[in-house]
Amino acid sequence: MSQSNRIAGGQIDRSQTFRFTFDGQAYAGHPGDTLASALLANGVRLMGRSFKYHRPRGPISAGSEEPNALVQLRSGARQEPNTRATVAELFDGLEATSQNAWPSLKFDAMAINDKLNTFFTAGFYYKTFMWPAAFWEKVYEPIIRRAAGLGALTKAEDPDEYDKGFAHCDLLVIGAGPAGLMAALTAGRAGARVILADEDFRMGGRLNAETFEIGAMAGADWAAGIVAELAALPNVRLMNRTTIVGAFDHGIYGAVERVSDHLAVPAAGKPRQTLWRIYSRRAILAGGATERPIAFENNDRPGVMLAGALRAYANRWGVAAGDRVAVFTNNDDGLRTARDLQAKGVNVAAVIDSRQGGDLLPGIRHLQGAQVVDSAGRLGLASVTVRLANGRTDTIACTALGVSGGWNPNVNITSHHRSRPEWREEIAAFVPGAGGPANLAAAGAAGGDLSTHGALASGQAQALAALESLGISAKASDLPQAEDAPIAISPLWFVHEGKGRAWIDPQNDVTVKDVKLAHKENFTSVEHLKRYTTLGMATDQGKTGNVLGLAVMAELTGQSIPATGTTIYRPPYTPVAMGTLAGRSRGKEFKPFRLTPSHKWASEQGAVFVEVGNWLRTQWVPKLGETTWRESVDREVLATRKSVGICDVTTLGKIDIQGTDAGAFLDRVYCNTFSTLAVGKCRYGLMLREDGMVFDDGTTARMGQNEFVMTTTTANAVTVFRHLEYCRQCLWPDMDVQLISTTEAWAQYSVAGPNARKLLQKLVDQDISDAAFPYMGAGNITIQGQRGRLFRISFSGELAYEIAVPTRYGDALIRKLVEAGKEFDAVVYGTEALGVMRIEKGHVAGGELNGQSTALNMGLGKMVSKKKDAIGMVLSSREGMNQPGGYRLVGVKPVDPKGSISAGSHFMEIGAPVELASDGGWLTAKVYSPHLGCDIALGYLKAGDQKIGRKMRAVNFLTKTDTEVEIVSPHFFDPEGERLRG
Amino acid sequence: MRIPCPLCGPRDRREFTYYGSDDYLNRPAPDAGAGPWDDHLHLRANPAGETHDLWYHEAGCAQWLRVHRNTVSHEIYGAALVAGLKGGAQ
Repeated sequence: MSQSNRIAGGQIDRSQTFRFTFDGQAYAGHPGDTLASALLANGVRLMGRSFKYHRPRGPISAGSEEPNALVQLRSGARQEPNTRATVAELFDGLEATSQNAWPSLKFDAMAINDKLNTFFTAGFYYKTFMWPAAFWEKVYEPIIRRAAGLGALTKAEDPDEYDKGFAHCDLLVIGAGPAGLMAALTAGRAGARVILADEDFRMGGRLNAETFEIGAMAGADWAAGIVAELAALPNVRLMNRTTIVGAFDHGIYGAVERVSDHLAVPAAGKPRQTLWRIYSRRAILAGGATERPIAFENNDRPGVMLAGALRAYANRWGVAAGDRVAVFTNNDDGLRTARDLQAKGVNVAAVIDSRQGGDLLPGIRHLQGAQVVDSAGRLGLASVTVRLANGRTDTIACTALGVSGGWNPNVNITSHHRSRPEWREEIAAFVPGAGGPANLAAAGAAGGDLSTHGALASGQAQALAALESLGISAKASDLPQAEDAPIAISPLWFVHEGKGRAWIDPQNDVTVKDVKLAHKENFTSVEHLKRYTTLGMATDQGKTGNVLGLAVMAELTGQSIPATGTTIYRPPYTPVAMGTLAGRSRGKEFKPFRLTPSHKWASEQGAVFVEVGNWLRTQWVPKLGETTWRESVDREVLATRKSVGICDVTTLGKIDIQGTDAGAFLDRVYCNTFSTLAVGKCRYGLMLREDGMVFDDGTTARMGQNEFVMTTTTANAVTVFRHLEYCRQCLWPDMDVQLISTTEAWAQYSVAGPNARKLLQKLVDQDISDAAFPYMGAGNITIQGQRGRLFRISFSGELAYEIAVPTRYGDALIRKLVEAGKEFDAVVYGTEALGVMRIEKGHVAGGELNGQSTALNMGLGKMVSKKKDAIGMVLSSREGMNQPGGYRLVGVKPVDPKGSISAGSHFMEIGAPVELASDGGWLTAKVYSPHLGCDIALGYLKAGDQKIGRKMRAVNFLTKTDTEVEIVSPHFFDPEGERLRG
Repeated sequence: MRIPCPLCGPRDRREFTYYGSDDYLNRPAPDAGAGPWDDHLHLRANPAGETHDLWYHEAGCAQWLRVHRNTVSHEIYGAALVAGLKGGAQ
């Protein structure tokens, strides 16, 4: 098809032709076109079907307010539903398809809904799908989901990348029409850091769509000149294709930049879209205004559009939306459309002007005091029926009708902080109200100044006011000459004649009838009206229809529009793709991994890794020929207990605590005492929360009189440090204590087993014999001359040490340890073997440190010193937490050594019914002990300390197991601790 | 949301960790009894309007701040170092 509706002029590059398809049909357009302008140029008006009634629809606008022309762009994994054809920039090879129509756009089976429209009125869902409640999920919702909705998702992974951006400025200018350009120019020339953002790919706003002159130039040329000057200023950043989607607290604005949507595929290394967070000291909303329609019967046919859009297609894109056009208006702006189209040589059939009096347009059939009362045409407009001033009707043939009911300032962003717009009578529209974002002012049409002169003047004035508040000196420049015509509006919201449907919100299929029904059923408040009829709740947020709907309600209730009020807007201003919000936080990048110092070595050995908090830790290191994880883990445990094993324990939190009050500080944060600890010794410490529950545990070493090194669990490294800073700064700021987290600074390895000392003595320069470095010793050492730390502590129950070096030597140390360990058949063990050995030894960890356990529960009640004020001391002595029958840590073994038990099982007495009342506690952690040759577990059992030796059952509803178990001491292995001290 | 850190300047909210009302600064004496401890730990006003609460500049200077702000308007009137307010060394 040729571009039959293309006319002269416009800001398109006719030297180049783009080929594109819509529903498989090939068309041609030019750079500078949108999909909508190119389709209209090719004579295509029908672009979609409506949401509820599946009525044929075409574009009514030429911008982001579009409710109708929603299409799918691209194909395959890049297919994107619900994009507005009016803002989709044309590129060569663009594939577009219609949506919400089956089997085809021209014949849509679901259009049967249109015939059933009397059922699908306001409140249809509420009235029809009320009961039975169970039907919602199973019957109603699937049916509605299939019938309604718009585009479809491919469910393929999005192949494109999305970025997050952060920008700072003195002044953010939202919108690059005459007001925005003037504001940016004023601030840019004054040297302020300016960001000028506009959703369009071409800056200039309405100037690109009008024939106005500014100074002695065409408005579009003036705009291009200002943009060029701004582009040359180093302090000004121009962001086209960028929509400010929300106003947030303290001068922060969210913006979506469509970096690559105008290309078939993003350039290499470039994101498709970027979500910007713009930090502004001041901001000016120069977002212009949106035209609103007048509702009349069958006003939703393709070809019926806003008068300003009709004019924009002609002036900016060189497109006549129809070969014979008419205009229906209640204000002078509508007359401009007729004049501009006539000047372009388009056949203007008539201007239907609802107002009486005034000058008649020369050379055009200008019908004053007339209204359009109906339209005809099956898949697009063919004619309109007009009620003339003399009461007679006339049918006027036309394929496009421009409707102008006046202009609504784009106040949306000003109400993101819940400010309500205020009614301004002289323009019959809402303007920004008080209480909007503190740093934001509106200029130009967005603020109610609808003329070009008004836009230039208020743009400059608001910029000067913003600069003054920032202490930046600037001076006003002479404004260029521009039109300053009043809008001369005589409000007309809907045509009262006719019994059919007159659309207000075409995207959600809300008609004047629906508003009348809501009124009849007493849903008269604007908030009820919105929710009952779904007015303004579609993806366009009612940009064209909202004010119309509440004006109809105002008329029905006999109240004024300001008394009726208005709903407000929420972010985002226009729809935002989920991928844009996610940015790079998807897949593996959703959460960054931290790698341990031995990671590279472990990878080389084929280690299996596991996520522990943010870390990847070695879980086990399979040897050749091992086929199950248990084989590897059992081997690691047995080899460690037999000779020696090495484990990376870098992930445990490490905090350096220094100062003359360091010991006294530790006495207050641990429930046990540290000030008495000798230099060169470690002690196990238990940290409580203020409510008396156990918070964390670990060993803390005294490296000097005023210097301690604390370790925390891996999971709580960050929260313990935060807590200690809180204690230091907020509770006891008079103490001389300094803290620094050194988790990342030291690589630390546990070396455990009977041959641990022999192995380490090969590397450590100092004497580490039992006499020189006894159990729970700690000190600074050197390892072949390199500084390090050594702690004689054990989590495995073996003779064990933890050896630390600065992180950059961590890789070298693991290699040296493995090399030195060869003569002892040393193994490297992972977190599984670590878990086996700690349970064999009865040490508490994650499953027991669950935030709901007390020291008493863990069998560590004696550690809580009553002699000092420490965090948690007071509330840990609450009566309810100290009852003799409370939970106590116990060990658990199956009575039959072959029996299997599982963590999460509940203790029940043998013979007791399996019900909640029989619940005696639960198993917190379970492993297979190769040492004992059976499953073993730890658990919290009510009065467990008095039940050692008793037989009970471990019942698990999830794994459906019920195993007879014996309650034993939690210390399965070496209960006297002889090996530790060996 | 931006918090004016006295050491780092205005910084994005995501650098901070919220704790709660500055009531937490008034830790009862060990012998104060169950009532005051219960109040201290569990009972909080939920003001619509001006409030003082504690924030930790975790991804910044590691200082605890007392922030004076408005829960209705979201306005932030100022922020001070808690350690400084309590007269201690920082």
